[in-house]
Amino acid sequence: MRGRPLLPSSLSSSAEDSGPFLHLAGVRNSQARASSPPRARWGCARPGPALVPAVPRLRSGRGAGAGPAGEAREAREPMGTLGGAGLAAAAAGRARTLGMEGERRASQARSSGLPAGGADGESPGGGTTFPGSSGSSALLQAEVLDLDEDEDDLEVFSKDASLMDMNSFSPMMPTSPLSMINQIKFEDEPDLKDLFITVDEPESHVTTIETFITYRIITKTSRGEFDSSEFEVRRRYQDFLWLKGKLEEAHPTLIIPPLPEKFMVKGMVERFNDDFIETRRKALHKFLNRIADHPTLTFNEDFKIFLTAQAWELSSHKKQGPGLLSRMGQTVRAVASSMRGVKNRPEEFMEMNNFIELFSQKINLIDKISQRIYKEEREYFDELKEYGPIHILWSASEEDLVDILKDVASCIDRCCKATEKRMSGLAEALLPVVHEYVLYSEMLMGVMRRRDQIQAELDSKVEALTYKKADADLLPEEIGKLEDKVECANNALKADWERWKQNMQNDIKLAFTDMAEENIHYYEQCLATWESFLTSQTNLHLEEASEDKP
Amino acid sequence: MEQAPPDPERQLQPAPLEPLGRSDAGLGVAVDEEAEGAREEGSGGDTMTHNNFWLKKIEISVSEAEKRTGRNAMNMQETYTAYLIETRSVEHTDGQSVLTDSLWRRYSEFELLRNYLLVYYPHIVVPPLPEKRAEFVWHKLSADNMDPDFVERRRIGLENFLLRIASHPILCRDKIFYLFLTQEGNWKETVNETGFQLKADSRLKALNATFRVKNPDKRFTDLKHYSDELQSVISHLLRVRARVADRLYGVYKVHGNYGRVFSEWSAIEKEMGDGLQSAGHHMDVYASSIDDILEDEEHYADQLKEYLFYAEALRAVCRKHELMQYDLEIAAQDLASKKQQCEELATGTVRTFSLKGMTTKLFGQETPEQREARIKVLEEQINEGEQQLKSKNLEGREFVKNAWADIERFKEQKNRDLKEALISYAVMQISMCKKGIQVWTNAKECFSKM
Repeated sequence: MRGRPLLPSSLSSSAEDSGPFLHLAGVRNSQARASSPPRARWGCARPGPALVPAVPRLRSGRGAGAGPAGEAREAREPMGTLGGAGLAAAAAGRARTLGMEGERRASQARSSGLPAGGADGESPGGGTTFPGSSGSSALLQAEVLDLDEDEDDLEVFSKDASLMDMNSFSPMMPTSPLSMINQIKFEDEPDLKDLFITVDEPESHVTTIETFITYRIITKTSRGEFDSSEFEVRRRYQDFLWLKGKLEEAHPTLIIPPLPEKFMVKGMVERFNDDFIETRRKALHKFLNRIADHPTLTFNEDFKIFLTAQAWELSSHKKQGPGLLSRMGQTVRAVASSMRGVKNRPEEFMEMNNFIELFSQKINLIDKISQRIYKEEREYFDELKEYGPIHILWSASEEDLVDILKDVASCIDRCCKATEKRMSGLAEALLPVVHEYVLYSEMLMGVMRRRDQIQAELDSKVEALTYKKADADLLPEEIGKLEDKVECANNALKADWERWKQNMQNDIKLAFTDMAEENIHYYEQCLATWESFLTSQTNLHLEEASEDKP
Repeated sequence: MEQAPPDPERQLQPAPLEPLGRSDAGLGVAVDEEAEGAREEGSGGDTMTHNNFWLKKIEISVSEAEKRTGRNAMNMQETYTAYLIETRSVEHTDGQSVLTDSLWRRYSEFELLRNYLLVYYPHIVVPPLPEKRAEFVWHKLSADNMDPDFVERRRIGLENFLLRIASHPILCRDKIFYLFLTQEGNWKETVNETGFQLKADSRLKALNATFRVKNPDKRFTDLKHYSDELQSVISHLLRVRARVADRLYGVYKVHGNYGRVFSEWSAIEKEMGDGLQSAGHHMDVYASSIDDILEDEEHYADQLKEYLFYAEALRAVCRKHELMQYDLEIAAQDLASKKQQCEELATGTVRTFSLKGMTTKLFGQETPEQREARIKVLEEQINEGEQQLKSKNLEGREFVKNAWADIERFKEQKNRDLKEALISYAVMQISMCKKGIQVWTNAKECFSKM
C-alpha cells in the first residue's frame, strides 16, 4: 500500500517555524498554498509528537528533484490513515484491532524508515529532528523492523525506492518550481490528467454455479508506476465491491465515490435486463473515473491492481488482507464505538453532519421527483403516439379536410419525437447524477460514522485514563497517538469534504442546467413545428382568397 | 319586434338560400365570457333583415349562469343552473346596442326548444346542444354538473347553440325560437300547445323504416355512413386527447415538487442557495401554467364535441328521409296491391291468394252488385291512394331537395369550423411552447448562477 504520509504542520498556515525542514517545508508550503486550500490544509492541524517527518513523502519514491512534486501529491493524500510514523509505530500493536488502518500505518512506518537511507539530502534525518516527534520516531524505527506483513506493500515500496532515477520519472514529475506549481494544480486541469479509464462491453458469463456479467476496463496512462501505458482487463461487480471495500479501509474518512446498487430497487426479476446493465456500466465508469480524479485515491495501490492485474493476479491479491471475521468484528466495534464519538463531535462536524442529513433528505426527494417526471413523460409519450394517427384516420372520411388533418397529424408526430428526445436527455443528464448523489449521501453518513468511531477510540482511552481503569502507563502515549489519529482523520475529512462539496455543486449545477437545456430545446422544436404549420395554413388561405377574387 | 313572426306550423317552405356572409359569423366557439361579449350574428342578421323578420341586427348572449333551487315535477327539491339570455338590437348607424330582452332559462328549456325544432324542421340539420353530462373527462376535470368550470363551458355552448340557430336562414325565423328569447313566462306552455310531441315520429317507426326501406336516396345512405364515421373518429380523438391532457398535467405538476424541495435545500446551501431558490420559483410557475393551458384545450375539445353531436343531427335527417321513403314505398305497395285486387275483381281472375277469395270460394260467390260495390270502393281508394302517392312523392322530393341544400350548407360550415378549430389548436400549442421556453430559460439562468 502506498504510504499516506501526513503533511507536517509546517505545510499548514500555522507552523512556519519547523526548523531544519524549513527550506523544504517552505518550498512545499508555498506550493501547497498555491494550490487550492483543501490540499494545503490536509494534514494535522497542530504540530505535535504525532507529526510525520517529511521523509515519508519522499519515500513514496518521487526522488530528489521530484520531491516537492511528489510531496504535493502526497500532500493531497488524506490523513485518514495516519501515516505518521510515530503513530503508526504506536498503533502497530493495535493494527489488528483497528483493522486495515493499522497495517497501513505499519507499512507507512516501514516506509518512513527507509527514506532515511534512500533519499539524498532531501530528508534530513528521518523524522528525528521534527519538532516533537523525536521520541516516537525512535520507537517507530525499532518497531518497524519487526513488522513483516504485507509483502506486497514492501515490494511496492522497494519498487518505489528504485524510482529514484530521474529517467524513470513520469512526465508528470517536472523539476522546476514552476512546473511544480502546475503539478500541484494538475488535478484541476483536465489536460494534465494522466489516467484515462473506460468501462464498456458488458459480457455475460455462464458457469455451472452462476451467471454474471463482466465489464471490460481499459486504462490508458502515462504514469511511471504503471508497467505499461495501456491495460485491458475484465471485472465483475464483485471486484468493484472489493475495490470499494479496500478504499474504505484504507481511507475511512475520505469520501469514496459510490458504486451503483447491487440490485435494482424495484424488485426486478431479470438481473440482466439491458437497461439495467447499461445504467450500471455507466455508473461503474463514473466510479472508476472519480477515483482516478481523486487526489489521494488515484494513487491507491489496490486501485492500480484493479486496473491492471490479470484475473488470477487479482484473485490472489484479493485473498490477502484481513479475513471476513476480522472485518465483521471491526463493524461491530465500529457501530458500538461510533455512538460515543458522536457525543464529542466537534462543532464543524456537527454542522457537517447536519448538512449531510438534510442533503440526504433533499437529494432523495429530488431523485424521486426526477424519476417520477421521467415516468410521467414516458406515459405522456405513449399516449401522444396514438394521438397523431387518429387525425389521419379522420382524414379518410373528410374530402376537404384531408390536408389540414394530415398536417396536424405530422405536427403531433414530430412533437412526439421531440418528447422522446427530451426523455432520453433526462435519463442521460439528470437521473444518473442525482442518483449518484443519493448514493453519495449514504457514503457520507458512513464517513461520518467512521470519523466518529475514530474519535470514540480516543474518547474511550481518555475515559479509561480518567478513571484509571487500565494500564495508566501506556495510556498517555496511546492517547497521544489517538489524538493525532483523530486530528488527521478530521483534517482529511475536512479537506475532502470541501472538494466533494465543490464537485457536488458543479455536478448538480451541470445536471440541472442540462435538464433546462433539454426542455428548452424540446419546446423550441415543438414551437417550430406548429409555427410552420400555421404559416402554411395562412399561405394556403391567402392563395385561396386570391383564387376567389374575380 | 314589429313584424308578426311567421307561422311556426309552416313547414318545408324552401327558404331562399342566403350567403352566410363572413366565415366568422358569430359562430366561433370560444366565446368570450364577458357579459358584453356577445357576437354579432353577422350573416344571420343580414338574412333576417332581408327577410323582414328582425329589422335590426340582433346580438344574443348567454351571459350568466346561476345556481337555483326549486321544485321539480315531482315536487321535490332540486338544484339546477339557470342561464341569463340577453338580446340586444344593434342600430345600423352607430353600432350601439340596446338591451331589448333578458330572461333566464334552464338547460331543460333549451332541450325543449331543440326537440320542437327537430319535429318542425326535419329537413334541417338542427344545431346540437352542449353535452348534458360531462364526458371525456380526464382525472382533474370534474364530472360534476355543478362544477363551475363545467357550467362555464356549458354557458358558452348554449350561447353557441342560440347563435347557430339565429344565423340559420330558416331556423331563425321560427316563432317559438323568437319567443324563447323574449317570452319568459308561459313559453313552455306555448311550445307544448303546438302539439309537436304528437307530431314527432315514433322511434320504433323510424327504426322499422331504416331496416325495411328499399330505395333510399344513395346520398343519404352515404351521409349516414359518414355521420357514423364522424362520430366514431371524433369520439376516439376526444378520448385520446383527454388521456394526453391527463398525462401532460402529470408532467407539469410533478415539476412543482422541485420548487418545494429546492427551496428547502437552498436553506442549507451557501453558494448554491440563491440559484436553487429562484429556480424553484420557476418550477412552481411551470407547474401552475398547465391549468390555463388545459382549460383552453377544453374549449378546443368542446368545438370538436359540437361536431360529434352534429353527427346525430345528420342522422336524424337521414332517418326522416328513410321514414318518408319507406312511407312512400308502403303507399306505393299498397296502391299496387289495391290496383291488383281491383283488376282481379273486375276480370274475375284470381292471381294471388287472398282471404276474400278463399272465403268467396268456400262460402259462395258474391253477387255482381256486391262485386261492383267493392270495385267502386277500391277504385275510390285507388284514386285516393294515387293522390296520396303523388303528394307523398312531391313531399319526398321537396324534402330531399331542401334537406340536401341544408346539408351542403352544413358541410361548408363544418369545413370552415373544423379548420378554424385545428388552427386554434396550433395557436394554443404555440402559446404553450412559448411559455415553456420562457420558464425553462429563466430556470436555466438560475441554475447557471448556482
